[in-house]
Amino acid sequence: MGNPGLRLDMKKSVPFAIVAAALAAVAFLPRFASAYSVVFCSSVIMYAALSLSYAMFSGPTGYVSLATAAFFGVGIYTSAFFGKSLPLPALMIAGGVFSSVIAFAVGAITLRLRGVYFTIFTFGLVELLKHFVLWTETTFAGTRGRTVASFGSVTVFYCMLALLTALLLAAFLLRRSRVGKALSAIGESEDAAAHIGINTTAVKLLAFSLSSFAMGAAGAVMATRWAYIDPGIAFNSLMSFMPALMAIFGGTDRLLGPVAGAIVFAALEEQLITRFPSLYMIIFGAIMIAAILFMPSGVTGLIRRRPAKRKEDVPVGDS
Amino acid sequence: MLLTVLNVVVGGLIMGGIYALISMGLSMQYGVARILNVSHGEFIMLGAFFTWALHTAAGINPLLCVAICAPPIFLLGFALHRTIYKRLRDVTRVSGLFEGNAMLVSFGLMFVIKNIALMRWGSSPKGYSFMAYSVEFGGAVFSANRLLVLAFAVCVSAAFYVFLNRSRLGKAIRAASQDAQAAALFGIKINRVMAICFGIGALLAGIAGVLLSMIYQINTAMGMNYTIIAIIVVVLGGLGSIPGSLIGGFALGLIGSVVAYIEPSLQLVAYYVIIMALLLVRPKGILGR
Repeated sequence: MGNPGLRLDMKKSVPFAIVAAALAAVAFLPRFASAYSVVFCSSVIMYAALSLSYAMFSGPTGYVSLATAAFFGVGIYTSAFFGKSLPLPALMIAGGVFSSVIAFAVGAITLRLRGVYFTIFTFGLVELLKHFVLWTETTFAGTRGRTVASFGSVTVFYCMLALLTALLLAAFLLRRSRVGKALSAIGESEDAAAHIGINTTAVKLLAFSLSSFAMGAAGAVMATRWAYIDPGIAFNSLMSFMPALMAIFGGTDRLLGPVAGAIVFAALEEQLITRFPSLYMIIFGAIMIAAILFMPSGVTGLIRRRPAKRKEDVPVGDS
Repeated sequence: MLLTVLNVVVGGLIMGGIYALISMGLSMQYGVARILNVSHGEFIMLGAFFTWALHTAAGINPLLCVAICAPPIFLLGFALHRTIYKRLRDVTRVSGLFEGNAMLVSFGLMFVIKNIALMRWGSSPKGYSFMAYSVEFGGAVFSANRLLVLAFAVCVSAAFYVFLNRSRLGKAIRAASQDAQAAALFGIKINRVMAICFGIGALLAGIAGVLLSMIYQINTAMGMNYTIIAIIVVVLGGLGSIPGSLIGGFALGLIGSVVAYIEPSLQLVAYYVIIMALLLVRPKGILGR
């Protein structure tokens, strides 16, 4: 993807076709696989969507955002409030819109913070929303949690798959667009980017809102899978860390890096979390440390190093 | 009325003393080693649980535990920096990238330490009773252990402040916090100073943990809340500023005490509102450079 512009030549359309074929194959899964594997695949797709949307903004810019859980939680509460009166696709869009409105408002005042200040703020946002929702619920609604309408696991599966497909396409187009290039420029040197005439605030704000749209939409869908939610479940800060780790582990330079990371960790979680929850978290933490220390450009970065010389020289966001 | 005010103020000072200790620790780690250590609260938890274990199993006086727990917790912090963060510094040369990655590494550490503790001690709250008799003070009644904690926190803070300002090592630390590269050029062993600072940060957290275990019930999940508070105080006082952390700690303790008196469930919300407002108005903190 070293060459900007939308022209697709033969060589570049091969991975494109593979991804499309893989998504189509996954779409037929509910016909053959057990109900359990459909549920499991929905989780994998959810993680893939979350880590992809994390990587969309944080990958090129280097702004580590831990607000994923906040936007995911906003989506969850959208479903909790309107789940009984709206169909699932409408809930997705509503969750996405609410999230990006909040992201826009928050981003407009915080995206001038840099480095750890921004990260602290985004992390604080999750806790702030959690405690605020808890307080409003107990004070005004007189309850701690809410029940959420269910739409069945197959509907959830297809909605998540549609979201992931749309997100892959959006991320792909974003990378090749002027905005995508501007984001990478900000990641390398924000001052230099501003000097060459990029409106850094507008670009960051756009990417931040866009990525939070997908997080909110994912939350709205996944909420219908849990019968009951409360602020502690909806605004679980682990949902901020998992996508970040998955994206870092998979590598944010490549479009499919976060997806690869999501598959690995979703499988690991599936194997360990019910039987050895503490052990899972220890392994999770250890891999997180090891991934940052030994694989700065992720798993896909390791793969690329050897055979990729003939294909592309400079990946986006790393050049 | 006056009695209520006295109660709220002294309660706030006690919490403020603890906050000041943990925030100065975090401030050391960020100010010199450039690591915003999110696993900070886990060292508090370790200090509290070591004390609880020593007191209940061997009947050791919790005050003596400060001396017993301090060296191993310092060494743990020192060793962590020598192994993990030193390598991270070698791998990432860009300082902005280092700060982001160091924070993510500390999140990883948090998960590891917390869950090892969870496997060892379980999730149920633990506690013991120590000096739990009341003392009258200007008409208001306080339990003796709380006043002891306040006195101890103030002493440790003062000792630490003197160490930074009077000792040779303290001078090296202050030099390194101003400009690590320049300090290295003047012959300060920068990696060692950074590891020592990380160790001292862990040590202060550990001492705070020992003190907390005397007055509150403890559990293995307690770390995160204190980490958040420490981050808030440190941002409030200016990242890396030790006097800022000291003042910020007591200020936040007082504010928290007042809010808790009015509406206890909004205490954390109030903290977040303060921090967010401050980040927006003055991102470098009250005493930040």
